[in-house]
Amino acid sequence: MTVKERKKGFRLSYEQRNSVRGYAFILPWLIGFLVFYVGCLIQLVQFSFLDIKIDAATGSRIDNFVGLGNYIEAFTAHATFKQVLTSSVMDMLIDLPMIIFFSLFVSLMLNRKFKGRAVVRAIFFLPVILSADAVGAAITRAMELMNVGVSSTSQEMTMAGGVSVSYYIQLFGDLALPPALLEYIVGAVNRIATIIKGSGVQIILFIAALQSIPGSLYEVAKIEGATGYETLWKVTIPMLMPHIITNTIYTLVDRFTTSQVVQLANETYQRYNYGLSSVFSLTSTMITILILGLIVYLLNKRAFYYN
Amino acid sequence: MEKTKKKLDAWQEFRTSPKYYAKRIRMRNNLKNFLLGLFRFIIIVGISYVILAPVIGIITQSFFSRQDSINPMVFTIPINPTLERYEMSLKYMDYLPILGRTLLYVGGVTVLQLLICSMVGYGFARYNFPFKKLLFGFVVVMIVVPLNTIQFPLYVTFRYFGIGSHTVNLLKTPWPTIILTAFGCGLRSGLYIYIFNQFFRGLPKEIEEAALVDGASPWYTYFGIMLPNASPAIITVAVFSIVWQYNDSFFANTFNISDSILITRKLDTLINVIANGEKIYTIREQQLYFNAGVVLVLLPVVIIYLLLQRRFIEGVERSGIVG
Repeated sequence: MTVKERKKGFRLSYEQRNSVRGYAFILPWLIGFLVFYVGCLIQLVQFSFLDIKIDAATGSRIDNFVGLGNYIEAFTAHATFKQVLTSSVMDMLIDLPMIIFFSLFVSLMLNRKFKGRAVVRAIFFLPVILSADAVGAAITRAMELMNVGVSSTSQEMTMAGGVSVSYYIQLFGDLALPPALLEYIVGAVNRIATIIKGSGVQIILFIAALQSIPGSLYEVAKIEGATGYETLWKVTIPMLMPHIITNTIYTLVDRFTTSQVVQLANETYQRYNYGLSSVFSLTSTMITILILGLIVYLLNKRAFYYN
Repeated sequence: MEKTKKKLDAWQEFRTSPKYYAKRIRMRNNLKNFLLGLFRFIIIVGISYVILAPVIGIITQSFFSRQDSINPMVFTIPINPTLERYEMSLKYMDYLPILGRTLLYVGGVTVLQLLICSMVGYGFARYNFPFKKLLFGFVVVMIVVPLNTIQFPLYVTFRYFGIGSHTVNLLKTPWPTIILTAFGCGLRSGLYIYIFNQFFRGLPKEIEEAALVDGASPWYTYFGIMLPNASPAIITVAVFSIVWQYNDSFFANTFNISDSILITRKLDTLINVIANGEKIYTIREQQLYFNAGVVLVLLPVVIIYLLLQRRFIEGVERSGIVG
């Protein structure tokens, strides 16, 4: 701003200047968000009403408006969409509490001081490196083809060990556990590898959160004579509640991007069926966001913010 | 008789003394700690096994010779180890040149991510402007709506990139990734903006007030003072960005980025290339080469992670990701 301008009364107030600077800092993202994100979301909605062909000779696009045709096809005619959608949503809902509990449990365990803690932490974050997209897919394929060394699902383990798993399931069934709960636990055991692989980031976030709880709270609890169990429920969990919400969001989105329905959309798109693929993406994302919103709303009601 | 009574008395006295209770409590605590430690040890070893086992399997298998792969007695440790798998994989993947290009690409994108996301995070953390809450809500939207949702529109955008009829096809080049990252819409950029925002909000405001009083411009305050102080957040985001970008298959597949730039794409075709080039037709043996390829591809990123790992965990703890 030059001196001349100031004389003309062009001078901005402190607040106005601040907002201009604020916008200057976020400008690249704002442009990108509006052009690419919002633009692409709008395009996605458009595409879901179109039948798109790409001309092989010229490479140009040919659009035909089909109205709700793609939606009708997805929900009435398509062979697997509804099935894949429900099973993906169920998978997300089943994995979510298990990943949260598991990562909470592990981070509580790793938060204590013991020898070799650094090594253990490094190992627990390793799945993030190994199972992320490209190489992870390759490794999975390799494991399927080779049947190497290590079996990580309970089914394989029992096959190798000659132990009848159904016997033990029967045993717990005789204890009059509700069958739904029993099924959930058996499912959890079967998914243990998936859960461990899916909780690397969450464990790190929880460890960081545990470190940020002020030590004075624990001192007070100790002086007042609280047991370790009481301290966990009255101090640790309430203080972690906001981070449990963060982790819930992260986990759900992460599960969604690796779910079958996204894969189905991807496959459909690779088969040049663009309109239908858009419908798949759009509906599955909407459903995920709805679920996410509901869960976060419910958790938020119980959350307690220290600051 | 007298002696025994004396002993008994001494014992009685000891049993009622505070010393005895102290000892009992100490013993009980020791036992409790030991059992807890044992419990933790068993669980940690078990989980580590599940994580490490496939890795160990892949590494040892990559040294298997043909006899080892056929011999059912061989488990994990090869009898006739060979380096031939690595030689072939190095040769057919064109390893070093492509790895160099991949690291350049990943490094460049990471630097861009750090620059843009820290700027945006800082802007949100320190300046007040109209619609700030709404705009920050959009950052959360970016975290929640993954790029996978808009895969096809993104493809179209960069297939016909430009305005009006002046379009260029940017597919097969790294440009789509670079452009998206430069505009804060790269791989998980929303998350990084969020991390930086949390971090800068945790820094004391007095630093900038001092800079302002001394007459520093906003840009100087940011680049000269705030950014050098943000090393925990920078390390955190850098590790996430390197690891995820290196392993990314979303951008690679959507924009069909050429496999002469991305080593992970080269890995996808490795089996076929070796099978054709060396006339190897058994799946078992093809897999051995593939294992060597996986080890080679993972090696750089694992090394980077191990080098940065300690500072990374500290960074996560101090960067207030969670705050």
